[in-house]
Amino acid sequence: MINVRVTTDDFDVGDETRALSGRGIGAVASFVGRVRGDDQLVSLTLEHYPAMTEQSLQNLAERAVARWLLGAVTIVHRVGTLVPGDQIVFAGTSSKHRADAIEAMSFLIDCLKTQAPFWKREVFADGRTVWLEGRATDAAATSRWD
Amino acid sequence: MTTIKYFSWVRDLVGTGDEFHVVPDTVTDVRGLCQFLAAQSEGHARAFANLDRIRCAVDLNIVDLGAPIAGAGEIAFFPPVTGG
Repeated sequence: MINVRVTTDDFDVGDETRALSGRGIGAVASFVGRVRGDDQLVSLTLEHYPAMTEQSLQNLAERAVARWLLGAVTIVHRVGTLVPGDQIVFAGTSSKHRADAIEAMSFLIDCLKTQAPFWKREVFADGRTVWLEGRATDAAATSRWD
Repeated sequence: MTTIKYFSWVRDLVGTGDEFHVVPDTVTDVRGLCQFLAAQSEGHARAFANLDRIRCAVDLNIVDLGAPIAGAGEIAFFPPVTGG
């Protein structure tokens, strides 16, 4: 079962985790990304490519299901303007056994950082606005799943 | 007529998120389209000044700069993605 959402709304980690559970599920793994708030960050705006975003997340979830033995996969990614401490992304998996759940969850979060069409613009207390650049370490984290 | 979309700082430099162009038949791949678009204005030229920083999706699939564009309905240009 694959559940992918792109939304301006916040999500509840407990609700998302419970939805991954069920009979035959022995392991649930999840990751939550949050706005860090370094260096006088006031807000972070996530822009995306609406026609493409859900499909790219769906493709990632399908690749995970094809590669690991999974009961369910959930990806929730927020868009719009967020502030330090806000939740940005939830990636969760469930499986009979922990190794599949944990590896698939790591795959999802590594790959969505470099393959899903989101961009972050930071606004700082002094009025500066900066588009974040993709990092080489993110590309390296993705390539380990090739 | 081909829809061209821009995101993030590429859109900021170009000055708009959506354009419609009749692309000449001589422009056959993404790299050629970047050169065609760069000639449209000073902002376009700045956006496409360094193609190492540009990514492209043709009809919602991310492709490399050598990909063909024949028959494409929507082509998007943007920087490397930063989700998660």
